[in-house]
Amino acid sequence: MEHFNLLVFLAVTLAAAWQTATPIIYAAVGEIFTERAGVLNIGIEGTMLIGAFVGFATTDLTGSLALGFTAAIAAGMLTGLLFACFTVTIKANQVVVGVALNLLGLGLTSFLFRTYFVHTGSGVPNMPAVHIPILSGLPFFGVALFQQNIIVYLSLAVAFLARFVLFSTSFGLTLRATGDHPEAVAITGRSVVLYRYGAIMIGSSLAALGGAFLTLADVNQFVEGMTDGRGFIALAVVVFSRWSPVGAFFVSLIFGLFYALQLELQAQPSLGIPYQALQAMPYILTILALVFVHNKQDAPRTLGVPYNKA
Amino acid sequence: MNTEIFLKMENIHKRFGSVVASAGATLEVAENEIHALLGENGAGKSVLMNILCGVLAPNEGSIVFKGAPLKLGSPREAIQHRIGMVHQHFMLVHNLTVAENYMLGQGSPLRLIRDRSELCDRIRALSDRYGLDVQPDALLEDLSVGQQQRVEILKVLFQGIDVLILDEPTAVLTHQETDRLLLLLRDLVADGKTVIFISHKLDEVMRVSDRVSIMRDGRVVRTVKTAETSPRELARLMVGRDVLMELPREPVECGQVVLSVTGLSCNNELERPAVRDVSFEVRQKEIVGIAGVSGNGQSELALALAGLLPAKSGSIKLNNKEVTGMCSTAVRRLPLAHIPEDRHKMGIVLSLSLAENVILHRYTDPPFATRGLLRFGAIAAHTRELMRQFQVKASHEDVAIRNLSGGNQQKLVVARELARNPDLLLINQLTRGIDIGAIEFVMQEVLRQKVAGRAILLISTELEELLAVCDRIFVMFGGRLVGELPPDRGRLEELGLLMAGNTAEAARLAAATG
Repeated sequence: MEHFNLLVFLAVTLAAAWQTATPIIYAAVGEIFTERAGVLNIGIEGTMLIGAFVGFATTDLTGSLALGFTAAIAAGMLTGLLFACFTVTIKANQVVVGVALNLLGLGLTSFLFRTYFVHTGSGVPNMPAVHIPILSGLPFFGVALFQQNIIVYLSLAVAFLARFVLFSTSFGLTLRATGDHPEAVAITGRSVVLYRYGAIMIGSSLAALGGAFLTLADVNQFVEGMTDGRGFIALAVVVFSRWSPVGAFFVSLIFGLFYALQLELQAQPSLGIPYQALQAMPYILTILALVFVHNKQDAPRTLGVPYNKA
Repeated sequence: MNTEIFLKMENIHKRFGSVVASAGATLEVAENEIHALLGENGAGKSVLMNILCGVLAPNEGSIVFKGAPLKLGSPREAIQHRIGMVHQHFMLVHNLTVAENYMLGQGSPLRLIRDRSELCDRIRALSDRYGLDVQPDALLEDLSVGQQQRVEILKVLFQGIDVLILDEPTAVLTHQETDRLLLLLRDLVADGKTVIFISHKLDEVMRVSDRVSIMRDGRVVRTVKTAETSPRELARLMVGRDVLMELPREPVECGQVVLSVTGLSCNNELERPAVRDVSFEVRQKEIVGIAGVSGNGQSELALALAGLLPAKSGSIKLNNKEVTGMCSTAVRRLPLAHIPEDRHKMGIVLSLSLAENVILHRYTDPPFATRGLLRFGAIAAHTRELMRQFQVKASHEDVAIRNLSGGNQQKLVVARELARNPDLLLINQLTRGIDIGAIEFVMQEVLRQKVAGRAILLISTELEELLAVCDRIFVMFGGRLVGELPPDRGRLEELGLLMAGNTAEAARLAAATG
C-alpha cells in the first residue's frame, strides 16, 4: 500500500514537472536562438507576460484557443521586433533594453488587465489533455508522460526541431556564425542585421508562446506578474544547457521537477520536509548554474555586442 | 608579364568622416605577379585593398579589371569577379569546423548541411595541391594561428579566385611559417594567380615580390621593380626619409649585475608549468634579448619578473636584493620599469587621457597629488614634457589616448616608464603593431638607455628587433632557455631552429659553422 502510493506520487510529480517546465522550455529554446546569434535578450520575462496576456485576452474575447495562441505568437514577434529595433538597429545596450522590456511587459499587461478584464472571473476554456492511445494506459508512465495537453507534447518537438534547424541547416549554421564572428557572415553576403532580427523574433515568439501556455493551458486565468521569474530561470537554463536546445529541454525538466515536488510536498505535510526549502530550490539551482556552469568558452563570442558595419 | 592592363585602381578616394584614408591612390597590378603593397600603419594599404575586395565603397575613383570597369557592391560580387582577400583578422568562425566555415553563406539558407563528404574531399584535394595540410573536419578553435591562416587562404582559393589579396599575412606567423607562406605565394603565381600582398616588413617584400608599390598618406608614391630597388630605398620611400636600418652601436663595457634570475619556474593561469628552471643575468649597460615563438613562456616570465605572477620555485634578485614573492605594488616601487606585451590590456587605459595614463601608477605621489587631491597643473606639465621629449604626436594632453596611433601610444608608455628612472627596464614586445618611424625612435631610445647605464631585458618575437639592439640573445622554447647566441645575422638559421625547439639540429649547425 505504502509502495503503491509512492509510485502514484512520483508519476503525478513527473507529470506536473513536465507541465511546469513547458513554459520555461519554450522560452529557453527561443533564447538559445537569440543568444546563438549574438544577442542577449533578458526581456523574455516581460515577453512571456505579454504572450500570456494577449493569449488570454484573445481567447476570452473569441472563445478560440487556437486564435489565442496565434495572437500570442504574433504579439511575441512584435515585441521581438521592438527589441531588435533598439538593440540591433539603434545598437542600444541590450541589458538596458531587456530590463525596460520586462518593466513594460509587467506594467502594460497589468494595466490592460485591470482596465478591461478584471471583471472576467470565469477564466478561459480549458486546453484538453490528449490521452495518447495505448501509451496513456501504461502503468506509471501513462500518467507521468502521456496524459498531457498538446502544447506540453509540442515542447519536446520544438526542442528537437530547434536542434535540427540550428545544427543541420544552412540557416542555423549562419545564425550560429552570426553570434561568433558576424564579420565573417557579412563577407559572404548574408545580412547580419537580418539574421539577428530573425533570431530575436524567433526567440520572442517562443517566449510569448510559453507565456500563453500559462494562461491558456495551465491556470486558465491571467494574474498580474504570473510568470513569476520563469523568464529569468529560462535565461539560466540556456547557460546551464550550454546553448543546446535538447539540453535546455532536460534542464528545464529538472527545474520543473523542483517546482512540482514543492507543490506536491505542500500537500503531504507528514513527510516533514519544510516546503520552503524545496520552494527555494529552483532559484538556488539558478544561482548555482550561473556560478559554476558559466563557461565563457561555450558562450557565443559576440554575445551582447552590437554589430557595427566596417 | 602581360602588356594589357590587368588591374588598375585609379584616383581612389575614401573618407571616414573627417579622416582621409585614401587620397587619390592609383595602383596598377600586372597579371600573374606578386605585387607588394608597402607602407607604414595608417598609410591606407588595407583601406585600398578593402575597396578592391568589395568591403568598402570608394567615395571617388574607378577600378578597371581585365579591360572592363569594375564596380563592387559587396565582397560577394568581388568573389564573382574572382577577387578574394585574406583579411588580417581572419573571417573564420571558431566554433565551426573547417568544412562548415567553407559552407557558410553558400547556397540557400534552407539547405541541409548533413552531407558534406563530397565537400570535404574537394577541400582535401585543393589542400593537397598546394601542400596546405588543411583538415576539413578540424574544429577551428583547435588550430594554431598559422593553421588558421592556411585554412583562410584555402577558403578564398576554394571560392575560385584569380586575384588573391593578403593583408599583413606574416604578422602572426613564426619564422618558419613565414618561409612556408612565401613559398606558397610563389606556387600560386606559378599556378597562374595574381597575388597582392600588404606588408610593412621590408625583408619579406624584398624576398618574395616582383614589384612593390609604396603607400604614404593615402597615396601610392612609387611602384618599383623589386629587383631594381633596395631595402634602404623602400624604407626611405615609406617614411619619406632615411631609416637607420643598422642602428649604430658603440661597444660599451657592462657594469654590475642588476637582475639575477636563478632556477625560476612558474605556472600559467591555467596552473600548467609555463616557465621551467630559467636562469640568467642582466648587467648594467647591457641589453639581453629573449627570442621565441609566442606561447613558449615569455609572457609568464615577464609577468613573474614584474611581480604579477607568483614564482613556484627559484629566485629573482634585483640589485642583489631578493624580490621573489613581492606583491605587484611593492614591485612597482622597485627601480624596475615594465613595458608590457599588450599595450591595450596592461600598458594604458584607452578611454583615459594622455595625462591620466602618464600618472597611472603614480597618482598618489607628489607632485601629482597632495592630500588626496590631484594637481592638474603638475600632471599636465609633466605630460607635456614627456610628449615633447618623446615626440608623441597629439593635439593636447587631455585627449583620450585611444585617438593616438599605436606608435604614439607606445612612445608615451616608454616615456612614462623611463620617467621612473629605473635600473632595470623590462620590455615585452617593444615594437608590436607600431609603424617604422616609431619603431626606429623607441629602439634608439632603448640603445640610449643602455649607454646611460640601465640594464635592459627585451623579450620579443621579432628577430630583426633583437638582432638590431641586443648584446646577447637567449632563445626560449617550452618554458626553458634552450640556447644563447650573439646577435649575429649569420646565425639566423640556428636561431630559427632553436625557436622551433630543434636543439639537436641547431647544435649540429653551430658545430659545422664553427
